[in-house]
Amino acid sequence: MVAIVVAVGTARSWRASLAGAAGGLLVLAAIVVALGPALERVSLQPLRLVVGALLLVFGLGWLRKGILRVSRDGWMAGGVGYEEVDEDGAVSGRFDWTSFVVSFKGVSLEGLEVAVIVVAFGSAAGDLPSAAAGSAVAVVAVGLLGALAYRLVARIPRRAMQLFVGAMLTTFGTFWAVQGTGATWPGDTWALAWLAGVYLAFSLGASRLATGWRAQRARSAPAALELLEEPT
Amino acid sequence: MTSALKAFVRFWVDFAIGDDWSIAAAAVLGLGASGALARAGDPAWWPLPVVVIAAVLLSLRRAIARGG
Repeated sequence: MVAIVVAVGTARSWRASLAGAAGGLLVLAAIVVALGPALERVSLQPLRLVVGALLLVFGLGWLRKGILRVSRDGWMAGGVGYEEVDEDGAVSGRFDWTSFVVSFKGVSLEGLEVAVIVVAFGSAAGDLPSAAAGSAVAVVAVGLLGALAYRLVARIPRRAMQLFVGAMLTTFGTFWAVQGTGATWPGDTWALAWLAGVYLAFSLGASRLATGWRAQRARSAPAALELLEEPT
Repeated sequence: MTSALKAFVRFWVDFAIGDDWSIAAAAVLGLGASGALARAGDPAWWPLPVVVIAAVLLSLRRAIARGG
């Protein structure tokens, strides 16, 4: 949840990402207040399918763009702090609804899952306030970790960030969408870790492969021109 | 009102489909395969990652061949 907000904020727009997270938390609070203990009976499966599928296709789009840019311009071109022209990024001065939606969905879905767990534990123990207080402390602690991670994440060049964020959104999207179909993951929640490793390894391999394809195309293009210009 | 509705629809289409519709189509295909395997009681986690990885590779190949 925090990882998505920090990553989207760094890669696109902090204002929209934080607004999306706040919106997600507000909706979540409203759902928890309205449903209370009845939350335990809410089926998360259709929600996981829809939110997961949307995060997946959006993440794949970013992953593709990130790989194309890294293969074209390299990882570090422009250096740290270089303001890269990003034709697909947020337009400065305008609210970035894409960042808002991604953060909103990430926070509301994961938050709802946490809320269901809190209600389940709280109801079982007959002490809902203690369970809610425990989860509130966890939210503050994880939020602080996210704020600390921001400084590290902000140092990563933008095109590399786009590739990593794409891989991360693809990971969450795949995980939730597959769960939404009724399937189970080997290792349950640990699948998030190995799936992230698989997508990251794929991204790095694909950017190398794409660099090779670009070089091959650059070599073959002048040769084709020479053949065309050759007098008969 | 109509332009706001058009912008809203365009936003969601751009969000879901992006630059290459074939990737979104592959994701739907992979999810369908996972759903079918899950209903049959077979391991169903693998089709989606396999299909989307293949789709991204093909999309990258096409984009670079077109000079992207």
